Amino acid sequence: MTTSPVTLPLLTRLAMTSRLFAIQGVWTYETMLGNGIAFAMEPALRRLPGGPLGEPYRAAMVRHSGYFNAHPYLAAVAVGALARAELDGVPAAQIERFRVAAPGPLGSVGDRLIWAGWLPLCSSLGLLAFGLGMSPAGVVLVFLGVYNAGHIALRLWALDAGWRDGLRVAQALGNPVLRQGPAHVARATALVAGIALPVAAQGIIGPGRALLGGVLAAVAVGAVVVTALHGKYEGWRLAIFALAAFVLFSVVR
Amino acid sequence: MNVFAVDLLQLLPLAVLGAVMGLDVVSFPQAMISRPIVAATAAGALIGEADRGLAIGVALEFFALESLPFGASRYPEWGSAAVVGGALFAMTPDNAPAAMTIASLAALITASIGGNSMIWMRRFLARVAQTRQATLAEGSGRAVVGLQLAGMTADLLRGFVLTLAALTIFSPLRTLVLATSTFPGTFSRAVVVSVASAVGLAAVWKVVRMTAGARWWLLGGLGIGFVIAGGLG
Repeated sequence: MTTSPVTLPLLTRLAMTSRLFAIQGVWTYETMLGNGIAFAMEPALRRLPGGPLGEPYRAAMVRHSGYFNAHPYLAAVAVGALARAELDGVPAAQIERFRVAAPGPLGSVGDRLIWAGWLPLCSSLGLLAFGLGMSPAGVVLVFLGVYNAGHIALRLWALDAGWRDGLRVAQALGNPVLRQGPAHVARATALVAGIALPVAAQGIIGPGRALLGGVLAAVAVGAVVVTALHGKYEGWRLAIFALAAFVLFSVVR
Repeated sequence: MNVFAVDLLQLLPLAVLGAVMGLDVVSFPQAMISRPIVAATAAGALIGEADRGLAIGVALEFFALESLPFGASRYPEWGSAAVVGGALFAMTPDNAPAAMTIASLAALITASIGGNSMIWMRRFLARVAQTRQATLAEGSGRAVVGLQLAGMTADLLRGFVLTLAALTIFSPLRTLVLATSTFPGTFSRAVVVSVASAVGLAAVWKVVRMTAGARWWLLGGLGIGFVIAGGLG
């Protein structure tokens, strides 16, 4: 644990937290979310000697607006750790080494936990809520409520862990939720999505349930085709052609 | 009747909604209000048909399961697209022929163009950043904040223009298709559900197949789902 007396006032922490939600406000292929890292750290950097007009502030802004790529939620770990390092007066070379090493783990853990886990799980919960007959407001609340409970908690934890541990934050990434969480979430996603798909599908078909046999056969064949073409063609792009063909046929027949 | 007449006053609030949903995809706040299940429902609610917005939102959500926003990969922009799909479907009377198919098709095409528009915007923002390189290199906090605000403003405008353009183009096309199509609305829904469910099932399989035992959880879930669906039907 770092023993630095540096503290982060509540207002500064709130400013950083709110800016984290806009961390990808300007995303380019050259710097990825680099500018966003500097943007989110900026309230803390104002506390460097000399304030926003001082040389330490300017040097830090230049350092942190360069290339940086990570999962947007877990980038908060880097924001907290780098802000702590700057205010602790850690040498620039050490900070640069962290900036080079951190993006890989922060990207891969975030992708597996959120994009491949939490988001499909919450999406499936929303689909299931619809299939079970919940009202539009209820479905939206279930999806947004559950998703953002995890999303906001992760951002807050990440900023806090980064600030608490500084450049030694790698140990925070060993947290069981981040290490074993993705596998558990993937299994939960498989179960909930499995339940949700047929239930939601019959909910959309509505009065056309007489066609359900044909629909199920089409889904089975279609899913095999899309899976077989994985890596070559995306299913949603194939769907454009399938639906366009249907519309054309329905008009000209 | 002139099918190509478009009521801009009706489309403007939808374009604003599309802008907000488009902004959420990447720039701010990534709270997933841009997911079709939310964005299409909101578009339907704006028209007074939240149920119909939700129905097509669920179908589009199946498609969206396939394209998750991994890193710097290219993916469709579902926020504005779902507003377009939700609005077009909500504007159509129940059981209108081919209604869900044409609305889904419009949403998918908009999502594809929207994905490309994000790439164009990123290149544009890189040029904007280059013009401010001197002040950024001096460590100006104002330049960093200004660039961030410029990026979000550009993204908001991108979503607005995309949604407005898509609705302006697809609204009359929808009217034309509905006037000439002979397939019943139920058949149209069945076609969309077939295609969307196939893509959604393949997408879930793609996500979970790398996890030990997950395929059995998926099969078990499907079994439970069919039992529940049978009971509800």
